[in-house]
Amino acid sequence: MSINELQDELIEEFAFFTDWMEKYELIIQLGKELPLIDEQFKTDDNIIRGCQSRVWLHPEFREGHMFFSADSDALITKGLVAMIVRVLSGHTPKEIVEADVYFIDKIGLRNHLSPTRSNGLLSMLKQMKLYAVAFQAQSLQH
Amino acid sequence: MYQSETEMMVQGIDVEKVRNDFPLLTRTVYGKPLVYFDNAATSQKPTAVLDALEDYYRLYNSNVHRGVHSLSQEATEAYEGARKKVATFINAKKAEEIIFTRGTTESINLVAASFAKKFLKEGDVVLISAMEHHSNIVPWQMVCAEKGATLQVIAMNEFGELLMDDFARKLTCNVKIVSVTYVSNSLGTINPVGEIIRQAHEKNIPVLVDAAQAVVHLPIDVQALDADFLAFSGHKIYGPTGLGILYGKEEWLNALPPYQGGGEMIKTVSFEKTTYNELPYKFEAGTPDVAGAIGLGAAIDYVEQLGRDNVFSAEDELLAYAMRALQAVKGLRIVGPLSNRVGSISFLLENFHPFDVGEILDKQGIAVRTGHHCTQPVMDFFNIPGTVRASLAFYNTKAEIDKLVAGLEKARMLLG
Repeated sequence: MSINELQDELIEEFAFFTDWMEKYELIIQLGKELPLIDEQFKTDDNIIRGCQSRVWLHPEFREGHMFFSADSDALITKGLVAMIVRVLSGHTPKEIVEADVYFIDKIGLRNHLSPTRSNGLLSMLKQMKLYAVAFQAQSLQH
Repeated sequence: MYQSETEMMVQGIDVEKVRNDFPLLTRTVYGKPLVYFDNAATSQKPTAVLDALEDYYRLYNSNVHRGVHSLSQEATEAYEGARKKVATFINAKKAEEIIFTRGTTESINLVAASFAKKFLKEGDVVLISAMEHHSNIVPWQMVCAEKGATLQVIAMNEFGELLMDDFARKLTCNVKIVSVTYVSNSLGTINPVGEIIRQAHEKNIPVLVDAAQAVVHLPIDVQALDADFLAFSGHKIYGPTGLGILYGKEEWLNALPPYQGGGEMIKTVSFEKTTYNELPYKFEAGTPDVAGAIGLGAAIDYVEQLGRDNVFSAEDELLAYAMRALQAVKGLRIVGPLSNRVGSISFLLENFHPFDVGEILDKQGIAVRTGHHCTQPVMDFFNIPGTVRASLAFYNTKAEIDKLVAGLEKARMLLG
């Protein structure tokens, strides 16, 4: 599936719920599906700035595609991280760099999450794109 | 749930009536009535304060001290009147001992910078405590680094209480100043500042008291305490943001060099030499926050009108109720002392991250603070990422505490 198809799929899953409690249950549930970061990468260097809870993110580049693993010490944050990873993981650096990530707004998360959280989410997205740019540059050199 | 039938009249405060004095308390969040438990970060403002601010800007806004015109005189009278109100409120000997600053942080920075300039040298020690807010750590770290002095820390126990024998041990003749908080913003501990000051004075060491949290919940009498310096912020005691207080004993304020240079703080200026103004203006460079001072004056009037004793006893009763209710929540752990506390209640629910709990409470219209509360060393001491902090004001109700407890049960359902 393309990045946009994955986003639309998430939007649809959330559209099913009107109650905030149910939405949060889903977010927490999604967190359980996050590909967990290997302990050796859980270092200060891999912590995303701008998150009040801690988020670790690790990128891998295999056969032209990027794969992310991550973790957080807070359950709701972990769910949010899992959603972004689900949308962007497995795509080429070019696709990730060019991706228009609209699902956060569409689900209403940007408004409904506290500003500090939301900023953390956005800085994580920025970091993933930065990794993509770096891998893109690397693969161009080869 | 506990009974709330005594809600209407707690020790001379009619909660429902005083809530009408705070327009913001009527608003909703996510369609639910706001439950505001972040009072230790900032308090809400009564109409009396809002009116005072508006009246100033609408009716007599002008710069203070220099104008010969009527407006300026009215503004100056109101501004200096506010200084007198603050002086009376904390029982300072003279209004000149009250310096208007931007907040507690600036008050501490002022003392740290000016004190260090004149009195701190290599090998000296500044003594603070293990539960200080970052604003009572970093300014001292900065001047210590500049002067080659050392910052030492009075240790605390696992209940968040200062170890007074550690204090006595560290109070050596190398200590040039002690700077401690009266009430911990993250733990709610009331520190024995009277005893700390007494012991420090036996060795002729001055003491700065950070009263940012204390001023709202405890009677402050700087003369009875014998504090050399005392700092607090107006916005925590129902006044506007941007206005703080530094109290200093006259002899100390006269001994310190000015902090910032500019207008107001000078007597005469030539390119060769400037002579400084007298107290309090020596420390108030530039056009001051006139509106802020007038607003704080109105806030103090409001508290005095309700009666400080009434406010404090209403808060005591509410705090006791909250402590009982929270301790009855399964898996809830209070971080901090179980008694001799005021204001903030820090806690953890099960092993849930404080942010998760805070987020779910927010969704129910309940505003708490989560995180390290600008006291990272305290969180490191307890080896936790942060806490959930509910901090009370006299306008909170027992019914709101019941809502907090119910909200926590909902958080357990979602996170468990």
